[in-house]
Amino acid sequence: MLKIENLSAEITVADGAKPILKGLSLEVNAGEIHAIMGPNGAGKSTLAYVLGGRPGYEVTGGSVTFNGQDLLEMEPHERAAAGMFLGFQYPVEIPGVSNVQFLREALNSQRKARGEEPLSGGDFLKLAREKAALLKLDMEMLKRHVNVGFSGGEKKRNEMVQMGILDPAFAILDETDSGLDIDALRIVGDGINAIMRDPAKGVLLITHYQRLLDYVQPDFVHILSDGAIVKTGSADLAKQLEAEGYDEVMAA
Amino acid sequence: MSEVATLPTTRDEDWRYADRDYLAAANPDAINHWRTLDVPAGETRREVQIHSSGETTPGMVDRLRVHVGAGGRFEAFVTIAGGKYQRVEIEVTLEEGAHFEFGGVTLGGDDKVQEFVTRTIHAHPNATSNQVVRAVQWGHSTGNFLGRIEVARDAQKTNAAQNFRAILLEKGASANTKPELEIFADDVLCAHGAAIGQLDEMARYYMASRGIAPHVAKKLLVQAFIGDAFVAVEDDQARDRMLEETLAFLEDTL
Repeated sequence: MLKIENLSAEITVADGAKPILKGLSLEVNAGEIHAIMGPNGAGKSTLAYVLGGRPGYEVTGGSVTFNGQDLLEMEPHERAAAGMFLGFQYPVEIPGVSNVQFLREALNSQRKARGEEPLSGGDFLKLAREKAALLKLDMEMLKRHVNVGFSGGEKKRNEMVQMGILDPAFAILDETDSGLDIDALRIVGDGINAIMRDPAKGVLLITHYQRLLDYVQPDFVHILSDGAIVKTGSADLAKQLEAEGYDEVMAA
Repeated sequence: MSEVATLPTTRDEDWRYADRDYLAAANPDAINHWRTLDVPAGETRREVQIHSSGETTPGMVDRLRVHVGAGGRFEAFVTIAGGKYQRVEIEVTLEEGAHFEFGGVTLGGDDKVQEFVTRTIHAHPNATSNQVVRAVQWGHSTGNFLGRIEVARDAQKTNAAQNFRAILLEKGASANTKPELEIFADDVLCAHGAAIGQLDEMARYYMASRGIAPHVAKKLLVQAFIGDAFVAVEDDQARDRMLEETLAFLEDTL
């Protein structure tokens, strides 16, 4: 479904460009959930942004195909329409634009790009209400401006509500668990399972901690270090990391 | 206020950002003409206007002098979307407890020069005023806001606020602002703020990541930005219409 081959990328910094990804390869098939763990600065968020096409993140080598298409050739909004969803580590606040308007524009833009009819206002609200309930986010929050005045946990739940409404084929979730209390973590975990656990869908979970993986069982766990995957294992690898730390596990 | 039947030039402080060519060729009678409006004590008057003359007209200067009686209220919500030169000037004198509410948007490209000039005279105590101006410029256009607030010696408990923000969509566009506070009373609140920037790149990317095409994202962000100027329009439908009609000028050009 998603095939990353020998990917290299750099980011623009004040005094030029800094290489972050250094020959990363990874394949996620439909029906699989992969977790990527790794120490700070390993390139986890850079990988998410490169896959999401964020300006300033320059691919210098390798390839990424998504359902047979060259992902790197697509504009960010085209990637979304093709079924890719990026859950932000720091969801962006947009004053003056309501969540409902934002999401309706998003969903209908995607539907239009796929040659589908736009959803009516009533149908959209019904869908939004259903997904908000799934993530236990008050429907009133959806009427407010995008992420403005939301707590860290509310922003993350709002990301998952968005994912529920947009119903992507593939989700890259960048530290969706950070900033969540224990109850919210379970709600978000259940939400990810409900929305994305599907033989036709794939997930790339980027996380620092094993605890989210208690709720969302990964099929594979990868350790990312210095811009490349250095170790791949089963869900047990995450438990081992939690117990022993990166240095210990990577040295073994 | 002295008025002479000569043409102002850009050497005049209040006209410093005006379009030189337009001024040079203008008809002095037209430029020196003031419309006047009296708002009786305790009553409300409102002006809602969209100025959008096309390429074929050289410009427009609209000057309005308003007197608001005690406890009265004057509201003006104005969009300037035309050019080459468009200037809306409002002078308001507030009696005791009166209020002036102003929302202005300049929105344009090419080499348009679009400006609001206000002079708010708090002549008596307890009057309030609130002005919000937003500029959206591209091409080589310019958006200006010159806002003077005068608070007379006995106009205690005056509460006056003025806020200007500009977004430059392209390199080459510009915005100017000059807040001017002249305060002779000692128990007053006068707030003013100004900022000039660009569209929030991260917000644009966030929208794109959800599938929103760049031109739609731009429109949504501009809508949110200029919405501030029309927040005080009480009637929801009137506000939406004002926003929609203003945004239409964005779609034509971007």
